[in-house]
Amino acid sequence: MTIEKGSARPDGSFNELLQPVYHGKKLTDAVNTAEDKWLLLPAFLKIKGLVKQHLDSFNYFVNVDLKKIVRANERVVSDVDPEFYLKYLDIRVGMPQRKDQNSLSTEITPHECRLRDLTYAAPIFVDVEYTRGKKIVIHKGLEIGRMPIMLRSERCVLAGKSETEMANLMECPLDPGGYFIVNGTEKVILVQEQLSKNRIIVEADEKKGIFQASVTSSTHERKSKTYILTKHGKIYLKHNSITEDIPIVLVLKACGIQSDFEILQLVAGADSRYQEVFAINLEECAKLNVFTQQQALEYLGTKMKTSRRPMSPRLSALQEGLEALATTVIAHISVHNLDFREKAIYMAIMTRRVLMAMVNPQLVDDRDYVGNKRLELAGQLLSLLFEDLFKKFNNDFKTSIDKVLKKPNRTNEFDALLNITIHSNNITMGMNRAISTGNWSLKRFKMERAGVTHVLSRLSYISALGMMTRISSQFEKTRKVSGPRSLQPSQFGMLCPSDTPEGEACGLVKNLALMTHITTDDEEEPIKKLIFVLGAEHISVISGHELHAPGSYGIFLNGTVLGITRTPVKFVTRFRNLRRKGRVSAFISFYINHHHKAVHIATDGGRICRPLIIVDKQKSLVTAKHIQALKEGRMQFDDFLRKGLVEYLDVNEENDCNIAIYEHQIDSTTTHLEIEPFTILGAVAGLIPYPHHNQSPRNTYQCAMGKQAIGAIAYNQLQRIDTLLYLMVYPQQPLVKTRTIELIQYDKLPAGQNATVAVMSYSGYDIEDALVLNKASIDRGFGRCQVLRKNTTTLKRYSNQTHDRLDGVKRDQDGNPIFKHAILEQDGLPGVGEQVSTGMVYVNKQVPNNTGDNLLGAQGGPTLSADDYKDSPVVYKSPEPSYIDKVLLTSSESEQPLIKVLLRQTRRPELGDKFSSRHGQKGVCGVIVPQEDMPFSDSGVCPDIIMNPHGFPSRMTVGKMIELISGKAGVLDGSLQYGTAFGGSKLTDMAKILVDKGYSYSGKDMLTSGVTGECLQAYIFFGPIYYQKLKHMVLDKMHARARGPRAVLTRQPTEGRSRDGGLRLGEMERDCLIAYGASQLLLERLMISSDAFNVDVCGQCGLMGYNGWCTTCQSAKNVYKLTIPYAAKLLFQELLSMNVAPRLKLGDAF
Amino acid sequence: MVDYNPSQRNLVGIEHDRVTNVSSTDFPGYYPGEDHAWNLEKFKENFKIQISYLTDLSSSFDLIGVDASIANAFRRIMIAEVPTLAIEYVYIENNTSIIQDEVLAHRLGLIPLKANPDYLRWFKKDDPDIEPTDYDTVVLHLSAKCTTNPNAAPGTTDPKVLYNNANVYASAIQFEPQGRQAEWFPDGITLANPDILIAKLRPGQEIDLTMHCILGIGQDHAKFSPVATASYRLLPTIDIIGPPLTGVLAQKFKTCFPKGVITINSKGEAYVKDARKDTVSREVLRHPEFDGRVKLGRRRDHFIFTVESTGAMTPDEIFIKSVQLLKKKCQILRKFNLRT
Repeated sequence: MTIEKGSARPDGSFNELLQPVYHGKKLTDAVNTAEDKWLLLPAFLKIKGLVKQHLDSFNYFVNVDLKKIVRANERVVSDVDPEFYLKYLDIRVGMPQRKDQNSLSTEITPHECRLRDLTYAAPIFVDVEYTRGKKIVIHKGLEIGRMPIMLRSERCVLAGKSETEMANLMECPLDPGGYFIVNGTEKVILVQEQLSKNRIIVEADEKKGIFQASVTSSTHERKSKTYILTKHGKIYLKHNSITEDIPIVLVLKACGIQSDFEILQLVAGADSRYQEVFAINLEECAKLNVFTQQQALEYLGTKMKTSRRPMSPRLSALQEGLEALATTVIAHISVHNLDFREKAIYMAIMTRRVLMAMVNPQLVDDRDYVGNKRLELAGQLLSLLFEDLFKKFNNDFKTSIDKVLKKPNRTNEFDALLNITIHSNNITMGMNRAISTGNWSLKRFKMERAGVTHVLSRLSYISALGMMTRISSQFEKTRKVSGPRSLQPSQFGMLCPSDTPEGEACGLVKNLALMTHITTDDEEEPIKKLIFVLGAEHISVISGHELHAPGSYGIFLNGTVLGITRTPVKFVTRFRNLRRKGRVSAFISFYINHHHKAVHIATDGGRICRPLIIVDKQKSLVTAKHIQALKEGRMQFDDFLRKGLVEYLDVNEENDCNIAIYEHQIDSTTTHLEIEPFTILGAVAGLIPYPHHNQSPRNTYQCAMGKQAIGAIAYNQLQRIDTLLYLMVYPQQPLVKTRTIELIQYDKLPAGQNATVAVMSYSGYDIEDALVLNKASIDRGFGRCQVLRKNTTTLKRYSNQTHDRLDGVKRDQDGNPIFKHAILEQDGLPGVGEQVSTGMVYVNKQVPNNTGDNLLGAQGGPTLSADDYKDSPVVYKSPEPSYIDKVLLTSSESEQPLIKVLLRQTRRPELGDKFSSRHGQKGVCGVIVPQEDMPFSDSGVCPDIIMNPHGFPSRMTVGKMIELISGKAGVLDGSLQYGTAFGGSKLTDMAKILVDKGYSYSGKDMLTSGVTGECLQAYIFFGPIYYQKLKHMVLDKMHARARGPRAVLTRQPTEGRSRDGGLRLGEMERDCLIAYGASQLLLERLMISSDAFNVDVCGQCGLMGYNGWCTTCQSAKNVYKLTIPYAAKLLFQELLSMNVAPRLKLGDAF
Repeated sequence: MVDYNPSQRNLVGIEHDRVTNVSSTDFPGYYPGEDHAWNLEKFKENFKIQISYLTDLSSSFDLIGVDASIANAFRRIMIAEVPTLAIEYVYIENNTSIIQDEVLAHRLGLIPLKANPDYLRWFKKDDPDIEPTDYDTVVLHLSAKCTTNPNAAPGTTDPKVLYNNANVYASAIQFEPQGRQAEWFPDGITLANPDILIAKLRPGQEIDLTMHCILGIGQDHAKFSPVATASYRLLPTIDIIGPPLTGVLAQKFKTCFPKGVITINSKGEAYVKDARKDTVSREVLRHPEFDGRVKLGRRRDHFIFTVESTGAMTPDEIFIKSVQLLKKKCQILRKFNLRT
C-alpha cells in the first residue's frame, strides 16, 4: 500500500516559498527546526491544496467507487427470457466532452461551459457482455450517460496544467477547483457532517433514567438504526421494523446463545456488578416462556412490521424472525449460514456498554465529539446518487427488454444495446438535476436531503475559498440546543474556531482548518488479515469470559469486534510502526480506549485528520537536515510521510497522544509535535493579522465580512460573465500579511487597500463607527470599485417553426436613432462601451404574435412580416447609467441562441458606503472631507480614513492596533510585516523600527489640524491599516417614493425597493399617532395616501351597492357615498363570500 | 490655557502624553499689557523666509514670524486653489485594452501636465452650450497599438521585447495645438513624468483617444492640485534642564534623537547641536532617567514648509501663486467695507 502521490500544483505558485532565497533566508543559512518547521505547511499544501479533500473524494469515486457500484450491480437478466443476460465488465469516465455532434473538436473547457450555460460533464463508458440471439457479444465503450466533472479533478482538462496552459484555457491558476459547472452555474457540494455509521453510541437521559446504545447500520442496500435501551431497569432491543421492544436476552437466544450462563458471560463477564444489574433480564425472558432459539425466533417473527411485496409468498413467524435477525437488525454485520454468533457478540457488547453506563453514568459517549463524526464529501454523495440512478437505469432497461422479449415472434434479431442507450439520458439528467437543485432524494435509503449544493459565491476570492472548506451539519437549525453549536475541544486543529456564521446557523456551519485532511475509504480486508498476523485471537473462538477478562482488549475494526488481544499497547505500537513504514495506508488510525477495553482501528472514509511531526525519545524526528532537504526541493511532503517523520492522526488517535506545540515543550511523555500552531485557523480566519490579540467574536465577524469584501476574484475575472460581480479597481496586498495569506495566495488576489488611518474624532460625522474619508484619496482611486451585472436573453424557438428575433434601430424623421435605441447597432444589440441610461433598450428582441398554431401555407418555415412580431425589448431600468462591457452571442445546449450582455458601473466611494478593517470593525462613510481640511503629520502625510477612537474600548481589537504599528514600521522600513497568529512580527521590534525612523514608539504622531493650522492637543495613533470595501453600497440601497405603483389586490402601495415600494407606516408608528391623537394624520397616512376608495353604502341594509343603487334592498333610497380603504372594502366582500354579512351602520359624524 | 510667559509663549509644549499651549491668543501676536500694535517695519524685521533647498519637484523653506492661520492659508491654497491644467474630458475612439474606459480616463486625468496655466481661461463647465475654444481647452491625443515584434529573439518571455507597445506610457500622449496655442505653448504641453504607465497592451489591442484639458483647482478634484502635498511642521526646540548630561546618560540621551540632533562635546556633555533635525519622536520622554531633565517644545511661529510639486509647476511658482491668491482674496474682502 502506498501513499497516494498527489500531483504537484502545476502553476508553480508555491515554488516561491521553496526558492533558494525566501524572505532573506538562504539555503546556506543555519536552519532552526523550531522556527522553520512551518515550511512543512507549504509543502503540505503544495501537494494537497486547499480543496484536496473534495478532489480526493471525487477521484476516489470515479476511479474506485464507480467500479464497485457496477460490480455490485453487474448483471441484468430478464424475467421473460432466461437465456438473456447483460453483464457490465467495466466502467470508466472519459474526459469532458462537448455535446454538439458537429463541432470541430470535442474538447471543452470549463470556461466555455460557464459562458454558454453548459454542463461540464464527461461521458461514462461501460464495457458490456450480453446475449444476442444465441451469441454472446462483447461491446466496449458504450456511453450510458454523462457525469458532471469536478474542476481540477483527475478527469478535468485542468488537471496537471501549468500556469500558461491554464491561461490559454481562460482559467485562473489560483482557482481552487473542487466544484462542478452545471448549466453554466458553479455548484459546490458542501461537506456534510454526520454521526459516524456502524459505531455504537451510548447516551443517557438522566431525567428519565434511560440509557441507550444505538448504532446506525449502513450498507449498500439498506440503512437502519438499532437501539439497545433500558426500560424500568431492564434492557430491550428496539428497531424501526419491530413493533415493540424485545427483551435483550430473548434476542440473544434468537441468535443461538441459549444458555443463560453464556448470555451472562457474554454481557457481563465475571464482573459481579454487571451481573447483578443484568440478572433481571434473564427473568424477563423466562417469564415470556422463551427458552430455545426456536421459541425466540418465533416470538421475534410475530413482532415484525411486515411490508411484503405483493406476489411474494407469506413467511412463517420463524422465517420472519430469522430474516429480520439476519438482514435488518444491525444490518452492517452480515450473517453467513445462519451463524449469528458475531452478531450476538456485537449485541452483547452493546448491552455491556449500556450496563456500564447504568453502573457508572459517566461512561456515555458525546455525540458532539468530533471523533464520533464523519464528513461526507462530494464523492460519497455522488456515489449514492449514481448507484440509485444506475439501479433505476438497469431496471428501466430490464422492463424495456422484457417488453420486447415477451413478443413470441420477432422479425429481426433483438439487440439489447439498442434499448440501453434510450435510458442514458436518465443518468445524465438525474445527476444534473441533483447537483443543480441540491435535492438528494434516494428512494433506497428514504433519503430526502435539500440544500446539499450551493452556488459557488464569487463575491471575492476568499468567499469562493471559504465555501470550499465549509462543512454543514445535518442538525436542524431551528432547535435551540447549545451542544452541537458550541466549540468542541476536539475540534482543535481540525476545524477553525473562528469561522462560523452568526445567527441561526452559528456553530452548525463550520470550516476546515488549514492542515486538515478528510480520509477516503480504505480496504478492510488486508487490515483484517494483519490484525490476526499481529497476534489477535479470533472472536469466534472467544468465550464471554475471555472477552471480558481483566487485561484483555477487544479489537474493533470500524466498530466491529474482530478479536481480542492481551497486549493492546504492543499491538497498537506494532500497527503504528507498520503505518509509519508505509506498509498500511497512512490514513488508518489506531487507538486504545481503556474505558471500553478496546483497540479501535478505523479505515472508513470521512474521518478528519491532520499531520503531526513524530517525536521519538524526546526528539523531533524532523530535523534541520530534513528541512534543509525540503528547502532544496530534494524532499517533498510525501517523503516525510514515507520516511515516518510525519504522520496523520485523526481525532480519536490524537486522544492517545501527547502533542507538544513547540519544540521546547517536549518532555518524556510527548509523542508528537505540532507542525505550526496557526494551522488551527482556517483559510478565512487566516487573513486576520494578530488574531490572537483580538476578542474572539471580532475574528468571527471578520470571517463573515472577509467574504463580502470587494477585490480581485480571479485572474480570469474580466473574461467571466457572472450575474453579479464586484471588482476593485486598484486592489493592494496587505502591508501586514500572514503566512496563511501567502499560502492561499490572497496577496495575489487581494480585496482591500492599505489606508492611512488616523484614530481621532473629527467633525461629528464619525459617531457610531462612521468613518471620515479623504476626498483627495477618493479622487486618486481609493475604494473605487466596479459592479458588473449580467443580463441573459434567449431567442426561443416555438413549435410552429417561428422564433424570436432581434430588430434593428428605430429612427426619427431626421434619421437619428430614437432615444430608446440610441445605443443599439444594426443587429439590435448594444455597442460595447456605450452608456446605457434609464429607459434605453439594450437588446431589441421581438416575439412572434402567434407561437401556438401551425401557420398555414408554411413550407420550410413560415415567412413572417414585421407586423407578426411584437416588441419584447430588454430595457435598462436603474436610475444610474451603466456601460456595456461585453456582449456575448452564442448558443446554449439546446441550440437556442443565447445573448448575454454585461453591464458595468464604476463607482467611487460615497456617503454611506460600508468599509471594514480586518478585525470585525465595520463602519460606513459618514463624511468626505477635502484634503486641505484633513490633519497632517510632520512629514506631510494626511490620512485616507479617520476612525473614531470609541471603536476600540468595547471591541478590544488590540490586533488592529498592532496591525497599525507593524504596518507603519513596514512602510518606513520598506518591508512587509507579518501578523501571523501566535507569531508574526513582534511589537517590540516594530516599535524599535518606528523609533529608529524618528517616530514615536507608540505609533502616535503629532498632527496639525488642517482647518486651524495649529497642532492638535493629543498625539494621534496614525498609520496604515488594511481596509476592505464591503459590497453594501448606498447606491444599491437608496430608495424614496412619492407616488408609484400599487398592488393589484389591495390597491395599497407596493412593498420593497425593487418594486419601487412605499415606506410603511407600521403598527408601532400607528400606535404612536393614536396615542398622540393625530387622527387626521392617521386618516391621511392610512387611507387617503394609501388606498382610499369610494363606495356606495345602503343605510338600510348596511351592505355595499354600486352606482347609487342597493342591490339588496332594490332601492336607491338611503344609499350614501362613503370613502373607505380599499382593503376594508375587500375584507367585506371576502366575508360576504364566506356567508358572513358585515353591515355598516351609518350615523352622522359631526 | 495660553502661557503668557514671554520665554514660553512662543512655544508649543511637548509632553509625553499631550501637546500643550497649541493655540495662540485670540489676537495672535498680541499679549495683554504689552504693546504689539501692528507695525510694518517691525513685521519686516521679524518676518523671514529661508529656503533650505529648491528643486524642480520639491522645496523646503522656513516661514518665520507669522501666525499659524497665515501659514495654513498658504498650505491650503497650494493644495486646493492654485489652478492647473489637467485632462478633464476623454473622447474614446477605440479602446480594446483590458482597462475599462472609465478607469483609463481616470488614470489619464491624474497625469500631471506641464503647462503654464496663465495662458488659459476658465472653461465654463456648467454651460452645456459652450463649445471649447483654443482659449480654454488644450487637446491631447493618445493612440497606441500593440503588435508582435517579429525581431524578438525566440524564447524571450519579456512582453516588452516580444511586443511593440506592450506598455503604453504617458510619453505617448501627443499635444495637438489648436488655434494660436502653438504660439502660447512653444514647448508644447509636456509631461512632468513621461514614464507613467497608462495601460498594458497585447497584440491586437489598441487605444485611440482624444483628451481635452481644462483649468481646474484641487478643490474640484485632486488631479488639479499642483502639489503632491504641501505641509509644514514647527521648528522643534530641545532644552536640557539642570546640570549637563554626561557619560552613559549622555550617550543614551543622544540615541533618543535622530542623528545629528545631539552631540557630545569634549567634556562628555550632551548638548543640542541641531534641534531642527529632530523629528519629535518623544523617545526621550519615555525614559524615567530624563524625567525633568529635558523640555521639548516647538516654535509656534516658525514653520518649516515642504512643498512637493506634481511636476506641473515648480514649487516656488506654486508658493508665489498661493501668495497671489491670498492677496486677491484679501482684496476682495477689502472691497466690502467691513467697518459698516
